[in-house]
Amino acid sequence: MKLDILYFAWLRERVGTAQEQVETDAATVADLVAELRTRDDGYAYAFSDMGAIRAAVDQELVDGDAPLSGAREVAFFPPMTGG
Amino acid sequence: MADRVRVQADAFDMGAELNTFADSVQGAGAVVSFSGITRDLADGGLAVMEIEHYPGMTEKALTAIRSEAITRFGLIDAMILHRFGPLAPSDPIMMVATAAPHRADAFQAAEFLMDYLKSRAPFWKKEVTASGEAWVASKDEDEDALGRWSQQS
Repeated sequence: MKLDILYFAWLRERVGTAQEQVETDAATVADLVAELRTRDDGYAYAFSDMGAIRAAVDQELVDGDAPLSGAREVAFFPPMTGG
Repeated sequence: MADRVRVQADAFDMGAELNTFADSVQGAGAVVSFSGITRDLADGGLAVMEIEHYPGMTEKALTAIRSEAITRFGLIDAMILHRFGPLAPSDPIMMVATAAPHRADAFQAAEFLMDYLKSRAPFWKKEVTASGEAWVASKDEDEDALGRWSQQS
């Protein structure tokens, strides 16, 4: 399946892009992370501490075990600091 | 109402916003507002606070948080306004306002909105100084602040 992947804040800076489209068979968010991590040093660094990363599937916050079937957009970002 | 949730780069006048909100609510006995201001660093060295957000998800998250607050506290109305982009020290960042028949609900709902917004709305702050830039780390206390609302329900 094709997924749009978005990165925000320091994750965006570490992977070096704000948005990309990937072709993947990852079943869950955690599987997708494992796949992305193997790409290069920037991705490995960005995803080195999963405790510091939040994910959203189609703009809803999810946990790592969230399924990706039917998903169109996945976003990764640090804990939010609004307000 | 669409204009009750606004995400914008433009500056806003918190007094004017509050007056417009208060004038529009029917049957309220209490209106409470909170405004967040760009805080300078202790050494006065903040040049710019950059706020990044996730267009689309931000509006959805704020709309959901507003609806939850209205239901939970029996509000007559609520508004959330949040800026993004570069802000200068002492610039208003955001505001929430709540209207209810009585003050307790209006106060509590404003705090509820802020607690959820702090750690559930996709905004990220970066502090830029003459010597560099750093992303603002989230605070454990902001996560803890959410806990009390689930215990109360």
